Amino acid sequence: MDSEQKNSRREMLKASAALAAGGITMGGVGKAQAQHDGHAATPGSENAYPMIHGSKEQIEYGHRSKYVTSVRVQHPIGGRPSPDVFGKVFHVATPLQDSVGVITPSSLHYIATTRGSFLPDVDPKLHTLTIHGEVDRPLTLTMDDLRRFPSVTRLHFIECAGNRHNGKQRNVQDTHGMTSCSEWTGVLMSTLLKECGLKSSAKWFVAEGAEEVKGASSIPIAKGMDDCIIAYGQNGEPLRPQQGFPVRIMVPGFEGIYHTKFLRRIKITKEFYMNYNEFGHLRPEDKELALGEQIGPKSVITYPSGTQRLPGPGLYEISGLAWSGGGAVKTVEVSTDGGKTWNRAQFKNTPQRMAHVRFAYPWKWDGGEAMIMSRTTDEIGQRQALREEIAGWWKVPFERDYRVPGLDNSVMPWKIAKDGSVSNGLA
Amino acid sequence: MGSLKLVTVATGSLLLGSLLASSAFAQSPTYGVGRTPTAEELRRMDISIGPNGEELPPGRGSAKEGAQLYMQKACVGCHGVGGTGGLAPILVSKQSADVPVWKRERILPLRAPNATIVWDYINRGMPLGQEGTLKPDEVYSLTAYLLFLNKVIPEDQVLNKENLPKVKMPIGDQYGKPHEFKLNAPRLEGYPY
Repeated sequence: MDSEQKNSRREMLKASAALAAGGITMGGVGKAQAQHDGHAATPGSENAYPMIHGSKEQIEYGHRSKYVTSVRVQHPIGGRPSPDVFGKVFHVATPLQDSVGVITPSSLHYIATTRGSFLPDVDPKLHTLTIHGEVDRPLTLTMDDLRRFPSVTRLHFIECAGNRHNGKQRNVQDTHGMTSCSEWTGVLMSTLLKECGLKSSAKWFVAEGAEEVKGASSIPIAKGMDDCIIAYGQNGEPLRPQQGFPVRIMVPGFEGIYHTKFLRRIKITKEFYMNYNEFGHLRPEDKELALGEQIGPKSVITYPSGTQRLPGPGLYEISGLAWSGGGAVKTVEVSTDGGKTWNRAQFKNTPQRMAHVRFAYPWKWDGGEAMIMSRTTDEIGQRQALREEIAGWWKVPFERDYRVPGLDNSVMPWKIAKDGSVSNGLA
Repeated sequence: MGSLKLVTVATGSLLLGSLLASSAFAQSPTYGVGRTPTAEELRRMDISIGPNGEELPPGRGSAKEGAQLYMQKACVGCHGVGGTGGLAPILVSKQSADVPVWKRERILPLRAPNATIVWDYINRGMPLGQEGTLKPDEVYSLTAYLLFLNKVIPEDQVLNKENLPKVKMPIGDQYGKPHEFKLNAPRLEGYPY
């Protein structure tokens, strides 16, 4: 495996050298052509593009090139539309197939709401957050108050429990688009709980939002004291309304629904409160219920992925994302032979706790049929497995439509046909 | 130089003093930011209902009253006649009470482990566009109506703060309980994935 990796790397280095050389050659060709066409051979005239006329909007708050058209879509395809007939928003997936790096642009961050709900138009000057219950001093904070506390800035993913892959989906937006990663800024919840004076009777807390259904989730107080963030910033600016403007709670590594948006109230409780969100999590068995809380180790290849096409045999950088609710990603491996052999992937950024990490593996495609997939392990030893391995652990017969208990973190294969077209390997 | 040193020493001991004070009164606020909400404010904003119903307001209501409200408040428009569904989810099971609850539809007033969850959700989330406007008696009545439709309580039972948490739900004890969350631990003890 190691020797294969080294070989691939050597090939890749050779390839990039060739590309660099090619670049010079191509430049030469362009210049020659320009002269041949009778255009003035002014230096730099090869790139004679139309000009963008500056507008107020572009100056004040920039937008992307008209050639970049990647958008969010409803999830799942054929499911409940967003917006629906009432004007409510339910599930909308991020276009991972076009993603680079690890930060999801705020405009493309996936969206999910409690039951399909309206987005409240919150005036931050009027909004307050109240912490009460099992505390010595209940506290009501304005947004200005919140900003007076010491802040933290951390990279964290959020993933919806509905982020499940099956053989019917076409691309990675459908299979995995209900996860996104942002840089979040806010106050550690522990800072606020210490300010309130947490009582020893505190065991859980309920985080409640200000949308019309007042979505609420129960979270263990140990999690709140560890790494939850009362977040007001996302990717260098205030949260977007679709991500809970002006303030949400980040519950790193827990399913998306715990990350209450438009946060208005935190009630510290002695016992577990079953809110409507917990009713949604209800399962017959304790074990299955437990798997609906913290997200397991998970990864997916975003290039090449479903509906994309490799133009021809040669060198490619297989690229994807890995994350875990248990901590930082430790390793990612890539297989290009349907899981027979696995090769260690490189990281493109430093893995952080409960954050996407971009991985890559240089690969020479020989033009034959191939099945590519990735798997990851995290720093606490959890590993991502194939669906059949998971069925085996649960001692249930493995069938094509096997449903992984809890959030589906099983391996996702992509099939590459001889013509270079990429399709769902579970199909 | 000498006087400067003296100042440093003095500041140092002041700092030490304040550190000692803060450890002696570990529960005193560090930042002093924000304000203390009044008991009345908290009572109004606290809509969470725990399993023993201690936060439930006084009030009462029966299925008969609930059936009328179901029409008056236009619940019927989205949830259909008698909770049979429409644009919004169905609220009444189509299956017989002999079928185990986990084999029946996922309907809140049927599968909820505690009737207080039904009360809580109607109170905070209904009706569409007028969420939070129902009075306690109305919420008790609508809760009673939906529980009656699903054959959980008899039609003439009047629900109130005392008996709502005690309603025997069909699910009984047949549901998973939350595990004790541990930091830096696998999501399920002994589960490798």
